[in-house]
Amino acid sequence: MNKLNFLKPDKNNLYVYVYTGSVLLFISIFDVFLSSFFNINVTSYLPGPVSLLLPLIVGLFGLHLIRIEFSGLKYLDLLNKNINTSNFNGALTLLIIFVIIMATPPSLSWFIFDANIAGDTKEACTGSGACWTYIKVWLRRFMYGMYPNELQWRINVSFIILIALAFVGYFSGEKLKKFLTLYYVIIYPIIAYILIYYLISGGSFGLEWVETGAWGGLSLTFIVSFFCLIFCFPIGMLLALGRRSNLPTIKYFSVGFIEFWRGVPLITVLFMSSVMFPMFLPEDFFMDKLVRVIIAISLFEAAYVAEVIRGGLQALPRGQYDAAKSLGMGYWKMHIFVILPQALKLVIPGIANTFLALVKDTPLIFVVGLMEIAGMLGLAKTNPKWLGFAMEGYVFAAIIFWIICYAMSKYSYNLELKYKTER
Amino acid sequence: MNNKVKKIIPQLITLLVIIFVFGFFTYNAQMNMDNRGIEFGYGFLKQESSFDVQFSLIEYDGSHSYARAYLVGLLNTLLVSFIGIILSTIIGVIVGIARLSPNYLIKNTAAFYVEFFRNIPLLLQIFFWYFAALRALPLPQDAEAWFGSTYMTIKGYYVPLFVWNNLDVFLYSILAAIISILIIRSYAKKIQENEGKQLPVLYISLGLLILLPLLSFVIGGVNLEIKTPVLKQLSATGFIFEPALSLPPELIALVLALSLYTATFIAECVRAGIQGVSKGQKEAAASIGLTPRQVLKLVIMPQALRIIIPPTTNQYLNLTKNSSLAAAIAYPDLVLVFAGTALMQTGRAIEIVSITMLTYLSISLAISALMNWYNKKIAIKEK
Repeated sequence: MNKLNFLKPDKNNLYVYVYTGSVLLFISIFDVFLSSFFNINVTSYLPGPVSLLLPLIVGLFGLHLIRIEFSGLKYLDLLNKNINTSNFNGALTLLIIFVIIMATPPSLSWFIFDANIAGDTKEACTGSGACWTYIKVWLRRFMYGMYPNELQWRINVSFIILIALAFVGYFSGEKLKKFLTLYYVIIYPIIAYILIYYLISGGSFGLEWVETGAWGGLSLTFIVSFFCLIFCFPIGMLLALGRRSNLPTIKYFSVGFIEFWRGVPLITVLFMSSVMFPMFLPEDFFMDKLVRVIIAISLFEAAYVAEVIRGGLQALPRGQYDAAKSLGMGYWKMHIFVILPQALKLVIPGIANTFLALVKDTPLIFVVGLMEIAGMLGLAKTNPKWLGFAMEGYVFAAIIFWIICYAMSKYSYNLELKYKTER
Repeated sequence: MNNKVKKIIPQLITLLVIIFVFGFFTYNAQMNMDNRGIEFGYGFLKQESSFDVQFSLIEYDGSHSYARAYLVGLLNTLLVSFIGIILSTIIGVIVGIARLSPNYLIKNTAAFYVEFFRNIPLLLQIFFWYFAALRALPLPQDAEAWFGSTYMTIKGYYVPLFVWNNLDVFLYSILAAIISILIIRSYAKKIQENEGKQLPVLYISLGLLILLPLLSFVIGGVNLEIKTPVLKQLSATGFIFEPALSLPPELIALVLALSLYTATFIAECVRAGIQGVSKGQKEAAASIGLTPRQVLKLVIMPQALRIIIPPTTNQYLNLTKNSSLAAAIAYPDLVLVFAGTALMQTGRAIEIVSITMLTYLSISLAISALMNWYNKKIAIKEK
């Protein structure tokens, strides 16, 4: 038997070290597990700080013992390489494991075990956890705002039609493929506008009129983001081309426009659209609040889109322009058929980021009094029958937005891979 | 001829459209203001504001002018941005480096943090901290001390008050220390280039930075009194801490949300910057005998910073602009004080909104000008 030196584990007594180390590591994790899940403190007889730090010290020593390079055991080597390269790394690993173990029981009990979902009044919430009853009761308001309950099928129907129409591209035949751009850029937005104007807003064909002030919740978030996405893209593209133009007036106008919108916060733009813009219009001219907000956000985001697209235009080699010109193409032909398809492909991640920012900016429309989901939460929170559930509301909204934004970023990543071409 | 016309006509059309739109707007604005009997002008800035602001860095009350109210709002905005920038840089750099760690758990925890906070709207995060998280804090009478004598309560964070005598002397001494350090550094660089000798610049700088302010205490007449917060009863149920510096919960919620949100973007910038330095650089530097510290300081960092700094400044700008969301939780920043309260009182929408936008615009343009200058300075000078 070789001499054992516990400060310097080596390969000679591999199994002695590995077993002692694993046992120590297990003890430390088990101690934290017991104290957080079952509230049993095994080391309660020790003074406070020691009892608190003991699992960390024991675990650290255990990790130190099993840190043996090229031990020949596959899993041990994998473990050492990934989470246990040095004492510092080991300590961080242990801390993260401990934090996860300690955070699990309280969050589980808040979210599930102590939470309530039954009933439909505040009194049904008796547990110490979350009150999902609140979300359940207010769900319609969070989704549709103040839109009358019996008319909400109109929002559902128009959204379903729009989503169905959005998938046309997947099912169209080869012959129709060339019209797809036209369809998505011009026809689809027009259909969307008509649907929203006649079906959601109503007022004709025997449908009851619902003013835009009553729209709200998540559906309003979708409507605003949808139209802003559609409008800001072409405007941004024109601005990007304008900025690269060699006609001075157009160039400086674009530069000034872009720099102006990029330099101010969205909230002041919305303020402008709600308090300053009406001053600039003839007195008897009425423009709906929602329309003003959509115009403001579109112009604001268009400046960001323009800068992203400009990056793509600049990244294209000069040869592309020269080749297109030598074929006798004019300015528009060259850009539509040669330059933009390549440039846009390059900037997919940037554009996706801008669109994500747009979706995340939509809650700001509350400053002009439109109640999308964050605004509805504010309203529900101050309702005297439902005081004290701010946490549940914000957690709910955060989850929804997180899912939307995460899905968008993953989708853009897939697009990026799909259109990646070797150059 | 044909070519010339082709160039002039679109420009002419653009110009005409711009002039027409602006003319239309000005005409309408003129008509509207005539109808309502308001005159355009910035004279109202000198009038008495007659509203109070809860939190102000400079002396202010209702008897001061609107111009002063504007300054209060601007300073509050700058305060939030300043604290936010510092915190988000610290968190962002740590998380960015952690994302490159060989440790599987650390790497994924950092990635989780980034994906989590980046995909939730900032406004919701601010609301969450302000309306949900900070409302769960104890009342002043139930609060326990953190770090000895600071108290985190529902009414704000109370920290000990520092009472300075001759603060200006102390600040001048720090300024003097910084200037002398800069001089010594350039001198040391010269010596190293001419004679190859290395001066212990770090120790000299540290010494100066400690010694000069210390001297200002000993002979400059500076002294510092620390007043620790003590619980004081105002009424039957109202308690506050006095004497103390109280950071309002609005400020805390705003700074927390802004820095946690912006840090995710800064972390990505830092990660991209470090990954952007090619491995060959590190190996080449090591092969000519530089120590790991020298490799980091002389080879990796200068190149990584060149990639990191431009997008990071952009994030700082975003943070400053996002601080305007303060209006949503009633933190008295520029937008709330000036574009909110002052606008409601005076009704001068055009003047006030334009001043507010111009302020943000000039901050942005100033920082981007600085950025361009810096970019030119550090750009690789190719032959």
